[in-house]
Amino acid sequence: MNIGQSIFEALESLSANKLRSGLTILGIVIGVGAVIAMLGVGQGAQDTITNSISGIGTNLLFVFPGNFTQNVRNGKPLTISDANALLDQFSAPSILTSAPVIQGNTEVAYGKTSLRLSVTGATPEYIAMSSYSLLEGEFITESHNLGQAAVAILGPEAADRLFGRRDGVTGENIRINGQPFRVLGVLAPKGGSAFGSQDRIILVPFSTAQNRVLKRQKDRADYILIQAVDAESVSFASDEASQVIRERHRSPIGEDDFTILSQQDFVQTAQLITGVLTVFLGGIAGISLLVGGIGIMNIMLVSVTERTREIGLRKALGARKRDIMIQFLTESALLSLIGGLIGIALGWLIAFIVGQIAAANGTPLNPGIGLNAILLATAFSTAVGLFFGIYPANRAAGLEPVEALRYE
Amino acid sequence: MEEDCVIQVENLTKIYHMGTVEVKALAGVSFNITRGEVIAIMGPSGSGKSTLMNILGCLDRPTSGKYILDGQAVERLTGDQLAIIRNRKVGFVFQSFNLLPRASALANVELPLRYGNVKNIRDKARASLEAVGLSERMNHRPSELSGGQQQRVAIARALVNEPSIIMADEPTGNLDTRSGKEIMELLLNLNQQYKTTLIIITHDPTIGAHAERIIRLRDGLLVTEET
Repeated sequence: MNIGQSIFEALESLSANKLRSGLTILGIVIGVGAVIAMLGVGQGAQDTITNSISGIGTNLLFVFPGNFTQNVRNGKPLTISDANALLDQFSAPSILTSAPVIQGNTEVAYGKTSLRLSVTGATPEYIAMSSYSLLEGEFITESHNLGQAAVAILGPEAADRLFGRRDGVTGENIRINGQPFRVLGVLAPKGGSAFGSQDRIILVPFSTAQNRVLKRQKDRADYILIQAVDAESVSFASDEASQVIRERHRSPIGEDDFTILSQQDFVQTAQLITGVLTVFLGGIAGISLLVGGIGIMNIMLVSVTERTREIGLRKALGARKRDIMIQFLTESALLSLIGGLIGIALGWLIAFIVGQIAAANGTPLNPGIGLNAILLATAFSTAVGLFFGIYPANRAAGLEPVEALRYE
Repeated sequence: MEEDCVIQVENLTKIYHMGTVEVKALAGVSFNITRGEVIAIMGPSGSGKSTLMNILGCLDRPTSGKYILDGQAVERLTGDQLAIIRNRKVGFVFQSFNLLPRASALANVELPLRYGNVKNIRDKARASLEAVGLSERMNHRPSELSGGQQQRVAIARALVNEPSIIMADEPTGNLDTRSGKEIMELLLNLNQQYKTTLIIITHDPTIGAHAERIIRLRDGLLVTEET
């Protein structure tokens, strides 16, 4: 019997029991749909996070105070002098620029609107490194910094929330921590990041933040941002920065009181986390696919029992074991293949809806359903059908023709 | 004479084990059947005639003894080898027709050809249905046919592979007298036309009367062979 005929016969016998076949297929649809949706959303989340980390700037390193992996006593904080020392061309030739940063949440108000926003004390170097661009207005300059000027640049979302618009807000007066600030400009949107939204922020001159807004001790920096000369020198830049700060802090070797992370470290960590999450969720979704497979096995066993006489007749007419095996395996494989195809469509739809909901809530998420995910799901669901079809098919093929014909 | 024998059976036994009890369904049966003959196997229920039919039709294997079908010893073949023999050499007509309910008459007749990997399946199935006088009803499903017509489809299915023997197990058992008579006439006509050996298992003497020879069984033994 040829393949086309087998498939045709299998479809015919499946359509004889439409409700039953439909419910069995539904089990697989839900399983495959869940797997695809999880993989798609996971991939989308990973892409979004990776993009936003890359969006912070290029070839960046972050120096944080404290050691992330072990306990170090008497650690010294990072200072502006540390940041300036990194600019030395002789001890750190791979470092292009560096800038101290301080950051904190504080009250920002315009008219009667008042909310807590992340305020960053930024030098002009920091703004250059972070590859921000402006929708309107101008950037913070060195003279703003020196004069502790009461000026602020709004992130696009911060502008939305305070003013309800993004344009025509330059020159307006807002209050940060109760003090009046003039709006200097509005940033172009950049999207979310590992540190929260980069659009829901306010930039003020570093010295202003230090003395008037966030109030840090003299010379203290929350972290230092470093830009390497090029992509190849990122790891050299990291070594050089370690060397310079180690000397300045007089910390013994192996007991650094600071931690340097590169953008790549963030990307890898983020990918690890989202990857584990995707596998975990996909695994849970996979359980429902397993349950769907058991549904197929169940219904095939019922079908074999119901059609015992038919199997006996087919054997009497010359069907070999193999012919009967193929007949039932084709049916179970078709059930799961149809379920798989519908499931892919459903999973894609779910992932798409999740993406839309995320976008509506301000987090751009493009669910990525690659060809490999589709092939994987199709192959896996068919394999599930074959695997769970083998036992019933084998049972059918092993029936004795005499007994099968006599079965009532 | 030897090569004219389509069936040679020698000292055939079949023993069933019912728990610890051994039941001898066949206790040593020997006979020959000539090609083209019409044979009736008769006997009361429990006489072993169903067991004999199953073995002659290659649905089951004997416990001991020899069985040569169309020149081939079949008593020790495997299940799949028997399937091929059934496909090529045996046509079955059952009391309860045993047609696939969802398939058309034509598809039902095509079924043995599909398992035999034969060419021109459709043409052969058509010719076979025409031979039983059902050329008008090829695309009807069994539920749309009368009992007599269904049995005709079954006969067409038995004929379609040009088998050496046709095994008819109570072929008129589920039919009224008139269509039963028609079916018997059809079977005998086809036997005349194609010279296919016809073996009828029955306990109805009026059916047995059509046969050229009657093999009577009782308690698993051959009682008489009447001509």
